[in-house]
Amino acid sequence: MAYTKRFDGRGFEEIRKMSAEVGIISRAKGSARFQIGDTIAIAAVHGPRELHPRFLRKPDKGVLRCDYDMVSFSVSERKRPGSSRRSMEISHVTGKSIEPVLDLSKYPNTVIDVFITIPQANAGTRCAGICAASLALADAGIPMKDLVVAISVGKAGDKVVMDLTKEEEDHAEGATDIPVAMTPRNGEYTLLQLDGDISKDELKEALVLAKKGCDEIYTLMQKTLRDSFKEKK
Amino acid sequence: MGTIITKDRIVIPGQVIAEGMDYLPAKGTFREGESIIATVLGLLRIEGRLINVVPLRGPYLPKAGDVVIGTIEEIGFGGWQVDIGIAYPANLSMKEATKEFIERGADLARYYNFNDIIFATITNVIRLKAVDLSMNGQGLRKLPPGRLIDVDPTKIPRIIGKQGSMISMIKEKTKCQIVVGQNGKAWIKGETAEDELKADQAIRKIEAEGHNEGLTEHMEKFLE
Repeated sequence: MAYTKRFDGRGFEEIRKMSAEVGIISRAKGSARFQIGDTIAIAAVHGPRELHPRFLRKPDKGVLRCDYDMVSFSVSERKRPGSSRRSMEISHVTGKSIEPVLDLSKYPNTVIDVFITIPQANAGTRCAGICAASLALADAGIPMKDLVVAISVGKAGDKVVMDLTKEEEDHAEGATDIPVAMTPRNGEYTLLQLDGDISKDELKEALVLAKKGCDEIYTLMQKTLRDSFKEKK
Repeated sequence: MGTIITKDRIVIPGQVIAEGMDYLPAKGTFREGESIIATVLGLLRIEGRLINVVPLRGPYLPKAGDVVIGTIEEIGFGGWQVDIGIAYPANLSMKEATKEFIERGADLARYYNFNDIIFATITNVIRLKAVDLSMNGQGLRKLPPGRLIDVDPTKIPRIIGKQGSMISMIKEKTKCQIVVGQNGKAWIKGETAEDELKADQAIRKIEAEGHNEGLTEHMEKFLE
């Protein structure tokens, strides 16, 4: 059976409703909340601070350390709290996707910690996490060459779709999930993962869709960062 | 010919500010090909051909000549280690700490003890891990116990104001002694806790609204 109508009634190339804000955690150097549909990600930046263990220090530049964590009540079936194989992988790829834009040469031998917490999940959490982390780093005033924007695209049934929900990921006829992170200014990919089957042409189509989604998110992120100064008047 | 592309007062990281080789990237910017791009979230300042972005938030980077407030973290054999709000503690050597003669093997805690607050100057920065402090200079001293607050280091110039106008106003209106360090720490001591709280709130208000125009009038009204 062909996939003709999406579960939540969106268009196939339509993104879920988004909102974002920065400076939500007063004790952190920078923080942000990014919400896309029912998925919420909160990021907090601490540092530059002393790095332990010592052997991880780099004498020429600072180190970025990301930590992704889903709280136990974020999903419908209780998640066992704490680190897991999955969260370790996501922490790693989040760090790798943000690192290329950061300029940490002024903070040698230090670490910048980014803690990403998912209080509510409905697919696309790693992408929401990357968006929140990127906003929080900009809010903390860490020098960056560009922001990083992420969106998940993929295939549900026989259609290439944008921004999958959990229902679509679990679609009976198999779904493909492709989280993409890119730098909006020159469109360089910093993250590209693929889970499922997809043909070459469909992948190309999906990446075009991802670019479109990223542009939409980038507009929101720009607005969020500027408005964080306006509202305090 | 170079052209300024953006019309925004506040620029965000990755935003293209200008095109062409006529403009030069200064603080908070870098050049990529022909374009000049912002690296921090901040206010755009164009001075002739130079393009600056003054950060609105950000960590403190120590530089020689800055006056800072720190707390004693560790007492060693030859001096003290001081937390000045950066990743690693700064060093205050015995020679730079006091003009008094310190006898060999003397107890250094007699001069500065743990958790003492000091107002010092940075004499030398080699790396973030090697920052030297000195207590020789005008007004540099051990501060008596008071309220020590953290503010964003990028807002310190606004808290001090032009030739210290803003900080003098707060001092006068709240009748508090206030010392502000360039590392984003402020020390407040007043006669009553209410006075201290008022000064604290005033500083926090500047931190939140420092980038807006008409700040002085706004603060005058607040302190009345």
